[in-house]
Amino acid sequence: MSAAALPKQEWGRRRLAYLLSAPASLLILLIYVLPIVAVFVISFTDYSLVYDGFNFVGLDNYKQMLTDEHFAEAFRNTLIYAAIFIPGAFFLPLVLAIAIQRRRRFRSILEVLYFMPVTSTLTAMTLVWRALLDGNQGAINNMLVSLGLDKVNWLGDGDIVLISIAMVSIWGIIGFNMVLFLAGLTAIPQNLYEAASIDGADHPLDRFFQVTWPLLAPTSLFVSVNTLVTAFKLFDTVAVLTHGGPDRASEVYLYLAYLEGFENFNMAYACALSLVFLAVLFLVAWLQTRMGDRRRTHA
Amino acid sequence: MSVTSIEQPQASWLRFLASFKPKSIADAVGTGLLFLGAWLVIFPFIWMLSASLKPADEVYDSNFHFWPETFRGDVNYYGVLFDQPYLTFLANSFIVCAGILVVQLVTAVPAAYALAKLKFRGKTILFGFVVASLTIPINVTSIPIYLGLVKVGLLDTYFSLMFPFFVSVFAIFLFRQFFKDYPDSIIDAARVDGFSEIEIILRLILPAAIPAVAAFSVFSVVAHWNDLYWPLIVVQSQEKMTAALSMLQYQSEFDNDYGRTFASATVVTLPMVVIFLFARRLFIRSITMSGIKG
Repeated sequence: MSAAALPKQEWGRRRLAYLLSAPASLLILLIYVLPIVAVFVISFTDYSLVYDGFNFVGLDNYKQMLTDEHFAEAFRNTLIYAAIFIPGAFFLPLVLAIAIQRRRRFRSILEVLYFMPVTSTLTAMTLVWRALLDGNQGAINNMLVSLGLDKVNWLGDGDIVLISIAMVSIWGIIGFNMVLFLAGLTAIPQNLYEAASIDGADHPLDRFFQVTWPLLAPTSLFVSVNTLVTAFKLFDTVAVLTHGGPDRASEVYLYLAYLEGFENFNMAYACALSLVFLAVLFLVAWLQTRMGDRRRTHA
Repeated sequence: MSVTSIEQPQASWLRFLASFKPKSIADAVGTGLLFLGAWLVIFPFIWMLSASLKPADEVYDSNFHFWPETFRGDVNYYGVLFDQPYLTFLANSFIVCAGILVVQLVTAVPAAYALAKLKFRGKTILFGFVVASLTIPINVTSIPIYLGLVKVGLLDTYFSLMFPFFVSVFAIFLFRQFFKDYPDSIIDAARVDGFSEIEIILRLILPAAIPAVAAFSVFSVVAHWNDLYWPLIVVQSQEKMTAALSMLQYQSEFDNDYGRTFASATVVTLPMVVIFLFARRLFIRSITMSGIKG
């Protein structure tokens, strides 16, 4: 079908569509498409901001990852952190949402209070957390001492620092995930609970496993994927709280990529790190879509 | 009016009071636990506020009491706002957030309308790019964008702080969903009545999309007010420092007046908390809308 064959009005509308989508398209090209292509190309070079010129080095940057101790450490730290963070960031909000959802009294005040950390500026609040977690004079250790317990070196002990960071991150995400769960719970029709209770599911746990959990599955999938991605994206807390320390014990993946790119100016290596990160994100997104599709065909 | 109208408010007042009587012990314990948890969650805010009112030597006192023995709140806040450049930092954050939001809306609304309601070649490809870009965080594209800004000599400018966020693929995706649900019959009728496409967008579609636009705006402003990563990369001077980034200065003994430090943390956190308290519904909608992606 040639353009001339279109009615005049239709052609005008089509031209308008190009006009309307042009600014966004141009910006997507400049902000997403070209940079991704550039990251890809640079990752096969030895480009560094501090030297002029560059050579193509093939897969060297990717091979370097396999032997780079810091990479292995950052990778491990990220996984350990995720393993601590994700269960807390999933189950605490789920329990809270279920507990809050059914009560009419205090519901909004509780929602507001638990949600406060989500809106707050994490860099500022991390400063507060650094004071609270201080090994010598922090409020948390003071409380432990007054309970007759030993002080904990929250930020200075390499074995504990990831737990401390996970704690701060969980504090920051509880309200966010709770709101998602609350929305999911509200969408469950009340008569399903009545039907379940006729079938003899009277105990709260029965109600949970027979009605709430299966019907909450789409929300749970979204929350878990979102939480997983948030775990991988950990950066701010590390940058303010520990600088990756002590002795790289809290150096996570994105913080390493940042250091390599913008502190050491190993741009090419940092690009390779970024691409691997993106590959993981795409994998997660793909799995999420597949799981979502399977659920829909089952339903 | 009869006597009942005088008695009624009283009765409802009593019923209101009675409603606070716990239904059972389990209910009371549950409520207690929920409030205990809530107390733990907001304790850092209370501690911050308290520290901001204290002289430096009281901040780390081993027994915490909210109200300081020596009140230094006036000195601390005065110092933050007038001796230190915090007004500049706050203004920078405000300019950056406002600039980003305006450009995001101006680029996303028309593109979303075209994707939802108009036919054009390349539509599927454009939408494909939008969806793929949803997954790409700034952390992955930061190096080429940084190098580009170095090349054109625009580091440490408002432009460099805003540029990577001028297009929000999330906004395009969200608004497209919203516009798609708008009935075609109304648009066709408007066309028959002689409305131009621009008039249709401005007078029909946009008013209908206001809930989505408002919720997205809250989402965008909060995200960029709180962002640390990108300002950390492009800001080089105090003049362009954002509020969130300024908190990083305390890494290196920038200020050992701890009371004043936490006064600055309060000043930086306050705007978003205030917006939240006034626009709670919007905040919550902006989060549940992000669930549409899934």
